[in-house]
Amino acid sequence: MLFSPINPMHIPDGFLSVLLSIVLWVISVVLIGIALRKTGQTIGERQVPLMGVLAAAIFAGQMLNFSVTGGTSGHLLGAAIAAILLGPWPAVLVMTSVVAVQALLFQDGGILALGANLFNMAIIGPFVAYALFTLLMKLFKKQTWGLFIAGFIAAWSSIFIASLACALQLALSGTSPANIAVPAMGAIHALIGIGEGLITIGALAFIFAARKDLLIADANKPARNIGVVVGGLLLSLVLVVLSPLASSHPDGLEWVAEKHGFIEVAREAFYNIVPDYSMPGISNPALATIAAGILGAVIVFGVAYGIARAEKRPSAQDDAQR
Amino acid sequence: MASPALKSAHPLKTTPKGRWLRELYTPNHSAVHRIDARVKVIFTLAFIVFLNLTPSGAWPAYVLFFTWMFSLSLSSRLGIVFVLKRSLLALPFVLAALPLVFTGPAPLGHISVLNAPPLTYSVVGFYRFASIAIKAWVSVMAAVLLAATTRFPDLLTAFSQLKVPTLFITIIGLMWRYLFVISDEVTRMLRARTSRSATAPRSNRSGGSLFWRARVTGGMAGNLFLRSIERSDRVYAAMLSRGYTGQPAAQKTTRLQKKDLLVLAAGVILLVILWLLGVITGG
Repeated sequence: MLFSPINPMHIPDGFLSVLLSIVLWVISVVLIGIALRKTGQTIGERQVPLMGVLAAAIFAGQMLNFSVTGGTSGHLLGAAIAAILLGPWPAVLVMTSVVAVQALLFQDGGILALGANLFNMAIIGPFVAYALFTLLMKLFKKQTWGLFIAGFIAAWSSIFIASLACALQLALSGTSPANIAVPAMGAIHALIGIGEGLITIGALAFIFAARKDLLIADANKPARNIGVVVGGLLLSLVLVVLSPLASSHPDGLEWVAEKHGFIEVAREAFYNIVPDYSMPGISNPALATIAAGILGAVIVFGVAYGIARAEKRPSAQDDAQR
Repeated sequence: MASPALKSAHPLKTTPKGRWLRELYTPNHSAVHRIDARVKVIFTLAFIVFLNLTPSGAWPAYVLFFTWMFSLSLSSRLGIVFVLKRSLLALPFVLAALPLVFTGPAPLGHISVLNAPPLTYSVVGFYRFASIAIKAWVSVMAAVLLAATTRFPDLLTAFSQLKVPTLFITIIGLMWRYLFVISDEVTRMLRARTSRSATAPRSNRSGGSLFWRARVTGGMAGNLFLRSIERSDRVYAAMLSRGYTGQPAAQKTTRLQKKDLLVLAAGVILLVILWLLGVITGG
């Protein structure tokens, strides 16, 4: 990948504190372990070549780009399309393969930082995309246009939310102040996400025209993965709420990181970060922001869930009649 | 992969990245190449962990870490230019740490360039920034060394011997096997798009809006996925016809030899010593 654009979301080694890297490694390994078990249970050996070849396609598909403006180009990252085509758990495995090979063989992202990169791109990406896609498909009652809007929003969010996580990790490591990292990463990836979303729409349109069955088959069985949907929504909720808070009160994180340096952070993080972090949260405006964010999200979720329930009954009857 | 001649002769961009997927492995016969892949994997990971654990500003330790990795790279005959060029890959990301220079704590320094108003920077912040950049650079060198001296199948075997789940190894192995096939397919698609003027300069382009371009590219992506799904069906049929049962063929696991263990132990002890040096000298 000597000549490929450096993806700003692959964190190299050296940028994350060792403690945070290890914590994220553990989280990623646990979730990927669950993905392996679920995938092993639900789909047979038939899916193994499918996942391998699709991982290769997503890797190579990142060569597909189109010029946006002034020398910048949009290109595909693929978490959303994988989650839509395969379902969340296989998508986690596919994206894990892609990100791991990028790190191991092409040095796109570090090895110690691989845990964090896996968490951002192979777990948050597919989870968020799948959760939003499923919910929006319920909302839009499986209309054709709904498929494309849901695809776009899922793809855009998977990029954007993952970039927020990436920025927060950099801020937690004391590498980049939160009030700079969060807006910068967020803004860059809000744009990159548009490219991803547009390509995803194009891809969905093509697949819809050529092999409708692949999309319909997937839309009919989301109920099984309700945990992923909730998890993905929670992840996006937490990150969306946490990021503006962290960037408006960067002192808590930065103070610890700068005062003590890496090792002290590693040693004292558990005692220091939490109080420093929550203290500014007690002040009124920040608390209000969080409360408003959570309330808004709960209302949206409630409405969506209600619609989903209302939608589910007739479709379940349809299934029964069939 | 597009030939360079085609690229230069054509006024349009033929393929955006001609040598996009160049395999890093360079077949030499050095001592580093011959070491057991498991030893290399564990050592590389330990090297990166200890390097990153070294506190910021421990310049003597950094120099030793760098020298060690650089001489290992040279002794495996990778070529200075190759190692340096390849290891600068992570450099753009350094931008993420740049704000530290200006937002770090006191004491503040001032520099003024050409009588411009002086720029205020934090000395501690600058040290942290420089430390991060050096760590990132040397870490990438370590990763380059691993990938350039170990064949990918050996790497996969090492991972499976280190208890990475088999399903996962199988997926990555298949992915690796088809990566070059599919990247050739993508190259052909890109060439087809170029020849149909979708990336031509504005005046020659049919339907030049951003959305049109995105839709064309999206169509290609969808096409690629469909072709890959169908290819995986054929792959599966071929695997079945050769007796695939869902279980990978049993492979013999050899124990690490005493020599390998000694090398690994010596390396890790040296790493710990370097790290302690870093803790003593670091700020």
